[in-house]
Amino acid sequence: MNAGLGILSPKGRVLPILTIVAIIVLLWYAFAVLLNYNRVSEQLAGVNPEYSIGDLLRGTWSMERPVLPAPDQIAVDLWNSTAELRVTSKRSLLYHAYITASATLVGFAFGSLLGILLAAGIVHVRTLDRSLMPWIIASQTIPILAIAPMIIVILASVGVTGLVPKAIISMYLCFFPVTIGMVKGLRSPDPQQMDLMRTYNASQWQIFWMLRVPASIPFLFASLKVAVAISLVGAIVGELPTGAEGGLGSRMLAGSYYGQMVQIWSALVLAAILGMAMVYSIAGIEWATLRRTGGRA
Amino acid sequence: MPSEPTAKVVDLPVRGRGAGDSSGRAAASDVIIDIRNLGLTFQTADAPVVALSNINLTIRAGEFVSLIGPSGCGKTTLMRIVADLEQPTEGAVSVNGVSPREARLKRAYGYIFQAAALYPWRNVQRNVELPHEIMGVPKEEREAKAKRYLELVGLKDFEKKFPWQLSGGMQQRVSLARALSFDPQLLLMDEPFGALDEITRDRMNEELLQIWEKTRKTVIFVTHSIDEAVLLSTRIVVMSARPGRIIDVIESTLPPKRTLETREMPAAIELAHRVRQGLKAGHSYD
Ligand SMILES: Nc1ncnc2c1ncn2[C@@H]1O[C@H](COP(=O)(O)OP(=O)(O)OP(=O)(O)O)[C@@H](O)[C@H]1O
Ligand SMILES: [Mg+2]
Repeated sequence: MNAGLGILSPKGRVLPILTIVAIIVLLWYAFAVLLNYNRVSEQLAGVNPEYSIGDLLRGTWSMERPVLPAPDQIAVDLWNSTAELRVTSKRSLLYHAYITASATLVGFAFGSLLGILLAAGIVHVRTLDRSLMPWIIASQTIPILAIAPMIIVILASVGVTGLVPKAIISMYLCFFPVTIGMVKGLRSPDPQQMDLMRTYNASQWQIFWMLRVPASIPFLFASLKVAVAISLVGAIVGELPTGAEGGLGSRMLAGSYYGQMVQIWSALVLAAILGMAMVYSIAGIEWATLRRTGGRA
Repeated sequence: MPSEPTAKVVDLPVRGRGAGDSSGRAAASDVIIDIRNLGLTFQTADAPVVALSNINLTIRAGEFVSLIGPSGCGKTTLMRIVADLEQPTEGAVSVNGVSPREARLKRAYGYIFQAAALYPWRNVQRNVELPHEIMGVPKEEREAKAKRYLELVGLKDFEKKFPWQLSGGMQQRVSLARALSFDPQLLLMDEPFGALDEITRDRMNEELLQIWEKTRKTVIFVTHSIDEAVLLSTRIVVMSARPGRIIDVIESTLPPKRTLETREMPAAIELAHRVRQGLKAGHSYD
């Protein structure tokens, strides 16, 4: 009955998930050896040409600046940069995660709202359907990596920096799936459901709120899950050109400047956790909503 | 027989003439539906489809008229024209003396679709409240009405259930309660019991007879069942296909007060025979 949240429930899923995690971790250690081998073997050979396999493994899994850090290095760095520091500290990853999350959520909120409004317009006004849709699709064919720096630079030149430019990039990315999903959702009532409204002489407004909107709810949540995930991507991309201002994106950029692969990976892992938390929050709201409105799923 | 809750006797507004004179000829002012030389041709991609041709039918207040005929003969289309869900290409229709469109804007009829057409996100109670919600009836009043009509169709304790938790027959009864709830004087019922098993269908027929006896609403009822048409109708319209035409109109000779047993009366058997003859004749045309 509660398949919507079932993915969160531990029953019967722990073992398969742990198995996959174990396989990934093992492969990861193997790749760490492979990718870090050249430099470590050079170093070891310089000191003692007779180094053992154990020395090599230890070396490849604990490099200062590895090509691929070992999982335990990332875990330790993640721990040190979150639990060990005050949240307000600029070195705390949680502080940066907060900056990214706030831009993500603001962009997501406005982007979703824009997406829903566009969809409502497209469904009701034929000319909007014809004139707007090509532009909406075209907007998404432009690579965000090309647009993001432009938005940052242009807004900075008029004195707008910080959260707003990043939120705009997020919004730019995330309105699209919401528009597409909601156009389909608002058009999903079947002819008979529409005819019923007609027999009651319902107004367009009533048809919208009593039929189109409730019918579109499953489509809305599917779109929102996609939207929040790419909204996070948008915020991180928006942080790359700014570098110094903070956020997970700027941590990744700083990491790649100074060859700090461990730092990049920590920021990546935290971004992934953040994204999952956001998607699952929406899944939770969806589950609660569908339960209240008699959803079977 | 173990049974679901069946129809309760509930106070219903009693309308129109007394049961005694209902079979008598009514005055011209009683005409509810007047269909003249009606035709409808659908323009489809390949060839035009003549769904209805030269239909003439007058229905008076308090009549129960069944439409029966082979699949595709235009029964649904005819009802949809009366309901202003489809526009005729020939002829004229009036409902309550005005055009179908004006009648629809005045919410003159309740339409019961072939499928129950419930909104899955609303529970039973709120599905029945829908027409009243659209009409802006205050919450308390529409809740009371919904309760009353759900009780009438024998779904007293199912208010909080969602449509998918009900059987097909129960869903159809919710749809009936929804149509009755705002008390339209005209009911358009498109094969409302088509998907039900015989026993449930019998029970629904009984309930419908009771409701009709009490309220004397005008009903147009589409069915494929000869027995059902004979049992319920004051008049049976037999149609044939391609193009959809009326080939026989049969006045019922049955008494106004009926039960399921009425079907076994000689008069009923004779009526059924005549309907079957009409249907056969309709089929032999193509
Ligand atoms: N929207 C439409 N466009 C084109 N043709 C249509 C349309 N609606 C109905 N028809 C055609 O009109 C004819 C009558 O259809 P209608 O649905 O009224 O039949 P019916 O008597 O209700 O049949 P059934 O007993 O199977 O419900 C059919 O031949 C059908 O193919
Ligand atoms: Mg039909």
